[in-house]
Amino acid sequence: MLGRTAGGLYWMFRHLERSENTARLIEAGMRIALTRSDDVEKEWKSVVTTAGQKDAFLERHDRFEQANVIDFLLRDRTNPSSVRSVVEAARSNAREVRTALTREVWEATNDTWLTVRDTLARPVLDRELPDVLGVIRRESALVRGALHGTMLRNDIYNFARIGTFMERADNTARILDVKYYVLLPSASYVGTSLDNVQWETILRSVSAQRAYRWRSAGDASAMGIADFLILDQQLPRSLVFCYRKIDENLGYLAADYGEHHRCHELSHDLLLRLTGRDIGSIFEDGLHEFLGDCIKATNTLGGAIERDYRFTA
Amino acid sequence: MGRFDGVDVRPGYFDEMHGDGTELRRPYRNYDEWFSQEDPRRLLKKSADAEALFRRTGITFNVYGSEEGDERLIPFDIVPRIIAAREWARIERGIEQRVRAINAFLHDIYHRQEILRAGRIPTGVIADNDAFLPEMIGFTPPGGVYTHIVGTDLVRTDDNDFYVLEDNARTPSGVSYMLENRETMLQMFPELFVKSRVRPVAEYPRDLRTSLAAAAPHGTVGRPVVAVLTPGIHNSAYFEHAFLADQMGAELVEGHDLSVVDGRVAMRTTEGPEPIDVLYRRVDDAYLDPLTFRPDSQLGVPGVMDVYRSGGITIANAPGTGIADDKAVYSYMPEIIDFYTGEKPLLQNVPTWRCSEPDSLGYVLEHLAELVVKEVHGSGGYGMLVGPAASKREIARFTRKLKAKPANYIAQPTLALSTVPILTRNGLAPRHVDLRPFALVAPNNIRITPGGLTRVAMKRGSLVVNSSQGGGTKDTWVMED
Amino acid sequence: MRLNISHTTTYRYASPVRYGLQELRLRPRDETTQTVVGWEITVDGGAHELSFDDHYGNRVELVSLTPGATETTITARGEVDTLDTAGVATKHLGHTALWFYLRATERTVVGKGVRRFCDLVRDESDDVNRLHSLSSRIRDDVAYRPGESDVASSAEDAIDAGAGVCQDHAHIFIAAARNLGYSARYVSGYLLLANTVEQDASHAWAEAWIDGLGWVGFDVSNGISPDDRYVRVATGLDYRAAAPIRGVTYGAGEETLEVELQVQAGSGGQQ
Repeated sequence: MLGRTAGGLYWMFRHLERSENTARLIEAGMRIALTRSDDVEKEWKSVVTTAGQKDAFLERHDRFEQANVIDFLLRDRTNPSSVRSVVEAARSNAREVRTALTREVWEATNDTWLTVRDTLARPVLDRELPDVLGVIRRESALVRGALHGTMLRNDIYNFARIGTFMERADNTARILDVKYYVLLPSASYVGTSLDNVQWETILRSVSAQRAYRWRSAGDASAMGIADFLILDQQLPRSLVFCYRKIDENLGYLAADYGEHHRCHELSHDLLLRLTGRDIGSIFEDGLHEFLGDCIKATNTLGGAIERDYRFTA
Repeated sequence: MGRFDGVDVRPGYFDEMHGDGTELRRPYRNYDEWFSQEDPRRLLKKSADAEALFRRTGITFNVYGSEEGDERLIPFDIVPRIIAAREWARIERGIEQRVRAINAFLHDIYHRQEILRAGRIPTGVIADNDAFLPEMIGFTPPGGVYTHIVGTDLVRTDDNDFYVLEDNARTPSGVSYMLENRETMLQMFPELFVKSRVRPVAEYPRDLRTSLAAAAPHGTVGRPVVAVLTPGIHNSAYFEHAFLADQMGAELVEGHDLSVVDGRVAMRTTEGPEPIDVLYRRVDDAYLDPLTFRPDSQLGVPGVMDVYRSGGITIANAPGTGIADDKAVYSYMPEIIDFYTGEKPLLQNVPTWRCSEPDSLGYVLEHLAELVVKEVHGSGGYGMLVGPAASKREIARFTRKLKAKPANYIAQPTLALSTVPILTRNGLAPRHVDLRPFALVAPNNIRITPGGLTRVAMKRGSLVVNSSQGGGTKDTWVMED
Repeated sequence: MRLNISHTTTYRYASPVRYGLQELRLRPRDETTQTVVGWEITVDGGAHELSFDDHYGNRVELVSLTPGATETTITARGEVDTLDTAGVATKHLGHTALWFYLRATERTVVGKGVRRFCDLVRDESDDVNRLHSLSSRIRDDVAYRPGESDVASSAEDAIDAGAGVCQDHAHIFIAAARNLGYSARYVSGYLLLANTVEQDASHAWAEAWIDGLGWVGFDVSNGISPDDRYVRVATGLDYRAAAPIRGVTYGAGEETLEVELQVQAGSGGQQ
């Protein structure tokens, strides 16, 4: 496979994953805005920060007003991470790697683009927002479904999956890192409504509020949430789950090509960092530092994958 | 709307379905029978479905110089253009003859130039021609093939009269529409294909691959590695590049995927460099190799010409084939066919005035309102004047252009292009068409896919069929019978 | 005469090369006027990729630069036996027709300056006189002075500047000769100098086709036709086509060039 094709697949699925993650972030932000009247701007600011777009946002707007934030994250063409931008980028990637995709995956992606483009052609009204966010998530799921249902499990599939989980790991780590302080024992006023709302937001951002309720049998705690999002082996958005998937898919590539690279070592290291850890020791070593390290290591791994598989000349 | 009230033809023009309007032509009998029993509303709905299908599958072309609407659909008309077996046999023989002559001409013009020595073409036509590529002098492409793919543009003016408009020996496009149009028709109207025996076109991609592989460089070991070189996703024909690569099972590469490794051109794969044997390039000569041609090209592969000239790769079509489909050279095609094949041309050339010749220029300037004037090196319907449809101002403008640079232009009579009906809200309506069949040239054979791209002017009375000017396409049926 | 030549070109790059290719036209061939006794090209910081004969009959070698290199050194060295044929170089070889050598290139576009030279010599009695006269007129009006022009300069540029080097002299001559109806071409090669072995650049001159004689050489800069002190290496429509080294580099940033050239009379050969 061409290195550029591998890169195109990787980025196509990173972009699709990002569109879905952004939709979730907005959904969680909306929720908190609806349930809390004070300091809503602070919450929107943290949404923008989590999306990694704070500086870009401040170049366009002075304040984190809801309408601005939502428009910036959904529609702004100058924001390369807006849903509109990333869906367009994903579709560009897909056109570029067209020969590596099944007709179903290509059509689902093209369809996603057509739908999102039309849906986001005009500013989204508050009352339309839930539907619009639903459309974005559904479209992304359609592509994923087509991928699972029609693609050979070969290197093409592996690069697509690696892209998905790299983006997801990065996203989960950032959600936690932006909100880590509300999870800290020192800042935690157990049982206060403030924390409950914040924790709920974190869970909502990864669509895990319901799963967590079942898992914890209703017993919400800061450490429990952190444990769930970092170390749970079954939650498809937990850090350990993502790192394991990345490692597996890189492993398939190594077996397929008969060649080990630096990215394989990095990925093993990253997985080892979480294997056998308990959440208590992570809190003890510093949650913020831990998450910072994870974000950095994920970036380094991304760079290594790009080089090792010759995404660019 | 009711059923199709009466037969609509344009007086003075040959209609391929209805002749002069008094008869139903034989190849269309089955279709007409089917059509007359169809509910027009269902057909219009199908027509809309087809458009939605094309959009969903991304069968689009990009338009240069427009930002937002950079991807457009080419209108597709659901009424097939039907060609009888006997008619096709003539077309096929005629194209094959031309393609043979063109390849012989190219070999000669880049070697001993016997045709110039014999005085059959004035040396100046070649000497002053930018399409003549000196880098090809003395070099013979692998297998001796220059034009691996040819898309001859034909027009019909009567029952028996076919003219060649252009030979398109560079990188003819449109074959993906031939294939997708058929695919769409098969999906929408399977019953039609049960009734009528239409020759299939679906083998084209496999034939293309076979044909390209057969022209691999001498000494290629095993299955030749074929790659399609595209300028990238912003190119107007990108869809076709991806489509053909996909259908052939060949890599779709861009210039920056390629480099020279161990004397070969290799693509950068996830497992390291892999040499390419045959490069089906959809990048123009000038941009192909910044080391040899335009140094500012971002689309090309530095060194590819050197690898080519040292025998390490096949480039399809060969660089420099443009000299054979240049419009100035076109006017000598009857000479060329006679010189290399010793035969009379089976397909007619459109009479052509070379404005470089003072007498011709004089005639052309006097008769601009009746003529079509084309730029010698132009394509895509840009920079041409269709006299009968032009305003006084346009004619005045072209008069100035012609006087300033006469050698830049040729002129031809406006041909009475045949019509084929399209489906409109008011039933069938005649529209002018042309036909581009595709010929594949391998070292030992020439294969012409039974069918081709029928381009149709969607506007009533218009003679311009180019997609860049709003033209549409039709499925083209060649019958078994 | 036997000439002993050593020609080293060193490129230095501001940052390590990511990818690069160089076409070398550095290999003299056996011809009427010369026999190559031995010749060798070595490349440091690069690898030989392939070779072929181009449409002018030049031997071309393609070299790839070693990724990461900050310096590439190309050395051509060897011995050539030469003959004095009073400037008459060769008969015409290959499929590139004589009419092709009437084509103007970017560097040999005809303008006011070139046309003036043509007018000055048009009335000369015959081809040989006309072209010799052209050569000396150019030499009179365009002084040999390095630093006034560069590799991209055209004939007209040099005429305007009133100065240039051998390359510019050759371009002016070629442009004018073509305008007068002669097929003409550029020649790059080496010249044995009287007082020095060390030189800082290789040489260039022009050839024009004279019916009945063949390709006749004109070294405008030295006001003579080439003799046995000259070694022909490559020909073409102009400098770009016959340049000893031409290439593309990516990621190398600023590039500096240093040439070391020694040409000396050796022992042996036909004296």
